[in-house]
Amino acid sequence: MGYILRRIGFYLVAFWVSITLNFFLPRFMPGDPVSRMVARLQGQIRPDQIEALRESFGLSDAPLWEQYLRYLGQIFTGNLGFSISRFPTPVMDVISSVLGWTLLLGFVSLIVAVVIGNVLGIFAAWRRGGILDSVVPPVLIFIGSFPYFWLAMGMLYLFGVTLGWFPLRHAYEVGTAPEFSLAFLGDVAYHLILPATSIVLVSIGGWMLGMRNTMIATNAEDYIVMAEAKGLRPNRVMMQYAARNALLPSVTAFGMSLGFVVGGALLTEVVFAYPGIGYTLLAAVQNLDYPLMQGLFLTITTAVLIANFLVDIVYVRLDPRVRVS
Amino acid sequence: MSLAQDPRAMAELDLGTPPDPDGHVVAIPPPRRRRGGGGLLRGLLGNAKAVSGLVILVVFALMAFLAPVLYPGDPTLIQGIGSQPPSLEHWLGTTAKGQDVLALNVWGSRSSLFVGFTVGILATFVGMLIGLASAYLGRTVDNVLSLVTNVFLLLPGLPLLVILAAFLPQGLGTVILVLVITGWAGSARVLRSQAMSIRGKDFVAASQVTGEGGLRIMFREMLPNMASIVMSTFLACVIFGIGAQAGLEFLGLGDISTISWGTNLYWASNDGALLTGAWWVFVPPGVCIALVAFALALVNYGVDETTNPRLRRPRRRTTPDAPTRVAGPTRKEAAR
Repeated sequence: MGYILRRIGFYLVAFWVSITLNFFLPRFMPGDPVSRMVARLQGQIRPDQIEALRESFGLSDAPLWEQYLRYLGQIFTGNLGFSISRFPTPVMDVISSVLGWTLLLGFVSLIVAVVIGNVLGIFAAWRRGGILDSVVPPVLIFIGSFPYFWLAMGMLYLFGVTLGWFPLRHAYEVGTAPEFSLAFLGDVAYHLILPATSIVLVSIGGWMLGMRNTMIATNAEDYIVMAEAKGLRPNRVMMQYAARNALLPSVTAFGMSLGFVVGGALLTEVVFAYPGIGYTLLAAVQNLDYPLMQGLFLTITTAVLIANFLVDIVYVRLDPRVRVS
Repeated sequence: MSLAQDPRAMAELDLGTPPDPDGHVVAIPPPRRRRGGGGLLRGLLGNAKAVSGLVILVVFALMAFLAPVLYPGDPTLIQGIGSQPPSLEHWLGTTAKGQDVLALNVWGSRSSLFVGFTVGILATFVGMLIGLASAYLGRTVDNVLSLVTNVFLLLPGLPLLVILAAFLPQGLGTVILVLVITGWAGSARVLRSQAMSIRGKDFVAASQVTGEGGLRIMFREMLPNMASIVMSTFLACVIFGIGAQAGLEFLGLGDISTISWGTNLYWASNDGALLTGAWWVFVPPGVCIALVAFALALVNYGVDETTNPRLRRPRRRTTPDAPTRVAGPTRKEAAR
């Protein structure tokens, strides 16, 4: 229990740091974001809204600590201000409309990569020196060396433009409205294949090598020899004894990646114009939409913190050593 | 357990001598008290992966160094008709604007390698300072530094990069600064845990007793003993630096006026190279980045294998149930 409490304390500190970063970044950066934004919004913004904007960017006359407290209060009431580029939509609404797509893309590609990578790693370590162990890892390391957005561009060019097998952009056919019908879900899956595959290709090597290396260390343990001495079937030793114990580092890595699901596929989303968090973040940056930028960054950090906290809790269940120390 | 049975001790002793084809370890050099970068370097030169990685790196370094000789003049100038596929005149074709793609990428290697290695050096250096201080000073310092490191590790890198790059003025310095801010935490954590285990060794306690100063113990006693892990951290940081710079510049958030592999990709995508089918414009920068990253990864695996004998590829196919060879084959077996 003490362990969990310490972790909660840590995540609170991390959350506070990211909020504070969010608060101070626009205030200490050169340039005057508000005048640029006001210029964009000429004619569609009321004077009191300009005042609110100025205030949220540190241009009010109130002392810094007062602004800071007000900012904290706004965050905890879920008020992140208005988006500039999609004025007058509140930032919260923009985020909730794009978050789903990012989660879909991120989870699908993460889970596929983790499952395939770990299974390959298990077999590679079990048959040291076999084809899976000597040929596949270098190939995967080489593929993993490509910038993942470049691989995405290549796949888009090959399968989208040249062969025309897959759609070029967006998460569903433009012109159709999201609905719960089989046709629409099929369309979504169809649009998902290319972006997800490009992420899986790049990340699978890391999972495989990580699993392989821990598994090699585990294979040298005495209880593996013991299990074999007992005459257990090799498959059982491999899965129930070696792989099961070698899985812990993968669980940690899985948790870290879980957090990065929300912000990690930024470049892939940009290449495929996939309407998720990353694509919106870039659009916000290009449009100088500072409130939306801050809101998105806060969403991404919060997701990372929550995911890591969940992993910590799961870890206590999985690894009894954590509870003791 | 005697010294000869301890795999880690063996690794430190016979770094320079790869076993001969039969699996014998020919000669074990006498133990040396301090093994600096020299032993590691010799081990690397005997490792096929590391050598092939180093060769690729040298080729790219030469390319960057000789860019003004190979392609004199400004590579952004228009050299011919736009969007031409590779030909004898332009080996890698021309961009939509009519620039020579090969010249752009040869010149681009300068900025990309420079930023990558600068970020690598700075991020590793910051991580090393924090890791060493954390491990040596312990207690409050360690708690505070670990907290800061862990918080930075959790902050999502790419979105933070994008936001920082959006707020800061554009330029090469900004790119480097932003990459170091987001990249140092990972190396600090790795180096701290290594420094912690060295901190507990007897020779550190001995140095303290003989009255050596803190700085001297950190940099002259502890640091040389973690040379290999500093090295692999550095390589990982360079890979991160090159990739992240390319990503930032691809988004148009770096310095668009410089020529680098990232900006080449940015212009390729901006000029619609994908949609017009001009694959020769966007393929070369990606291949360059991948080759450099792959070469660095190879060197990194080489470092891993020379220092961790368990990861060395077995001579022949083995299964876990094959008997472990403690020594080489007996004389009777060898005679057969």
